[in-house]
Amino acid sequence: MDFNLTEERQMLQDTLRRYLADRYTTPVRNDILASAAGFSADIWRELADLGVLGALFDEADGGFGGAGFDIATVFEELGRAGVVEPVLDSCILGGRLIAQVGSPDQRTLLDQVISGALHLALAHGEPASRYDLSRVETTVRTDGTDLILNGRKAVVVNAEAAGHLIISARETGGPFDLDGISLFLVPAGTPGLGLRGYPMLAGGRAAEVTLDEVRLPEAARLGAAGQGFEPLMNVVAAANVALVAEVLGAMESAVELTRQYLMTRKQFGRPIGTFQALQHRFADMLIELEQARSAVINAAGHLEAPDRDRQIAAARNLVSRVGRLVAEETIQMHGGIALTQEYELAHIAKRIVMSDHRFGDADHHLERFIALGAA
Amino acid sequence: MDLSYTDEEKAFRDEVRGFLAEKLPKEISDKIRAGRNIGKDGYEWWHATLNARGWLNFNWPKEFGGAEWNAIQRHIFEEECAAAYAPRIVPFGLSMLGPVLQKFGSKAQQDYFLPRILNGEHWWCQGYSEPGAGSDLASLKTRAVRDGDHYVVNGQKTWTTLAQYANWIFCLVRTDPEAKAQEGISFLLIDMNTPGIEVRPIVLLDGTPEVNEVFFDDVRVPVENLVGEENKGWTYAKYLLTHERTNIAGVGFSQAGLDMVKRIARIETANGRPLIENPHFAARLARVEIDLMAMATTNMRIISKAAAGQAPGVESSMLKVKGTIIRQEINDLARRAVGPYAMPFASEAVAGDNDPIGPDYAAPVAAQYFNNRKLSIFGGSNEIQRGIIAKVKMGG
Repeated sequence: MDFNLTEERQMLQDTLRRYLADRYTTPVRNDILASAAGFSADIWRELADLGVLGALFDEADGGFGGAGFDIATVFEELGRAGVVEPVLDSCILGGRLIAQVGSPDQRTLLDQVISGALHLALAHGEPASRYDLSRVETTVRTDGTDLILNGRKAVVVNAEAAGHLIISARETGGPFDLDGISLFLVPAGTPGLGLRGYPMLAGGRAAEVTLDEVRLPEAARLGAAGQGFEPLMNVVAAANVALVAEVLGAMESAVELTRQYLMTRKQFGRPIGTFQALQHRFADMLIELEQARSAVINAAGHLEAPDRDRQIAAARNLVSRVGRLVAEETIQMHGGIALTQEYELAHIAKRIVMSDHRFGDADHHLERFIALGAA
Repeated sequence: MDLSYTDEEKAFRDEVRGFLAEKLPKEISDKIRAGRNIGKDGYEWWHATLNARGWLNFNWPKEFGGAEWNAIQRHIFEEECAAAYAPRIVPFGLSMLGPVLQKFGSKAQQDYFLPRILNGEHWWCQGYSEPGAGSDLASLKTRAVRDGDHYVVNGQKTWTTLAQYANWIFCLVRTDPEAKAQEGISFLLIDMNTPGIEVRPIVLLDGTPEVNEVFFDDVRVPVENLVGEENKGWTYAKYLLTHERTNIAGVGFSQAGLDMVKRIARIETANGRPLIENPHFAARLARVEIDLMAMATTNMRIISKAAAGQAPGVESSMLKVKGTIIRQEINDLARRAVGPYAMPFASEAVAGDNDPIGPDYAAPVAAQYFNNRKLSIFGGSNEIQRGIIAKVKMGG
């Protein structure tokens, strides 16, 4: 057993932590949150230049990492700083799908993704699909040599910035079948592709995507016809590792902000951190935070392992439970100040809680864990 | 023991229901249900509607023209209003300042201010908390110095709810800096149009501008606007707090919230089945409903004692803690219920006439979850309430 990061990952962590601490300050982030684009193009380029995006890809795909611990290392730091730039969407969900099943032509896009020049978005979830990855009702039919897509995709994060969208559609079978889901790489601006964009509560932007007779050539297929579910499962597994790591980093920030506040805020003539009622609750959070750290390690360490899905369901369930505790307790111990938009903890708490709504909350992952255990 | 309402109470409930059915338009209740802001005009319209029926000042005694409902009638009214998604009554003038003026105000203050609270001419806000005085309210520093027939006020208040609509503010100010913390405080009524007052909005984490900072820079307040005696303000403030806590359990809000979660969970699906049939979600829902059923009875037990003339003491603190935990749990369930559609930013989704991004019920729930973290913080945080319970019950 060795719980130390490799030298390369340690360097990546140090570099990224230092860069974000200097660069991604609360005023900078508040400006980004208020901006029309919802993220900073400068920060995005700088993250790419630092190698942060490349660390999320295997060498064979033009990166220099790509393993579970690379993802966890990067996202823990992104979470610590409350970064809203769409690394998850462009790289983990979009880029890694192309890396997995892209044709040689499609794979040429990976360099642009890693250099930060090209944004991607995964348009998979639909208004009724909730967290069920197999529920796809968007249709695809052939017309001569062309493919025609019709349907609607819900809460597609980073859709407006994306140069290409990866869109899932059902080619055969019923709405819940695992077989018959196909993936398509669709350039932004393709006729029939409609975007209604909006900001999200925890930062960043998403869009409702409508597909109205979207006509694509056969070359737009990403991977084999009807075989999209497994590659989707793979990138969502990586995204879940990223999300638990991001929440871990965010929780570390929330707890540190609270520690500082408890030791400086005075009421009744003394720092409120000297009240035992708060000390014990603070201690409980630290205990749960270590549980979360171990859960993230379990998930990251099993991204390529046979029992990946059970480990990841366990991590997401635990981190979601701890996340709610930490978000609510750190707000409560601060009092009103934590409810103001411009105070850092407000943003951090939103990042923690709203992660529940991407690829499943504690209940969803509890169910997954139970189902996988019984199998 | 009899857990049902008496015939008189049932008749009263029917009367309230009839009134709401007749006077509360669907357009307004839909806005409340959807978590939309009805604005200053909306509140003023609702106050006027209740006032026309003689029900705006239901907690005022008859000698001041009030309906003087007992605690059970008040509870029925609040429960029915919540169930019908009626607007809230803005409490600052009606249930906070009004009772203080009736008990401690001069005849001139009563004659001048009470009718203006009712007819809507005055919109009051509450100047209590300061940046350095939250849970420890008695450490407040805003100074009022006597200068002839005026006080000159300097300092800052914060978390001032709806100050942007208010034209009057009642303030706790320090008039004797030498005295023990609680003993040098006075209760002042201040016209917000007086020179030297500045209101700055605080944007909360859900984007709503509901609270403000209020700054006082050499604000001259006539001495006749002092309530009661100088340096006795803490006594009046404590009296006010007991009135602030009449609807402290928020049973009606929780019941309406729970009904909303059930409505959402019948429409939303998980794995192709209605969410309400999902065992994990159903268990969460059941647990909070069980807690609410018990708390509703606790609430009625305490209300019955109050109706019989016994002032609630430590029970108010218990209801505040349990009531806020239950309401916050229901907010959490609502955000869980809507799945990915919790993510769009509500201020965008509910703004103007735009169609909501997802289902209409999804738009406000995540914002409400975050906004209602305030419930366990304001009005005496839950930590303060627990301290009170322990102190009283342990005889410390």
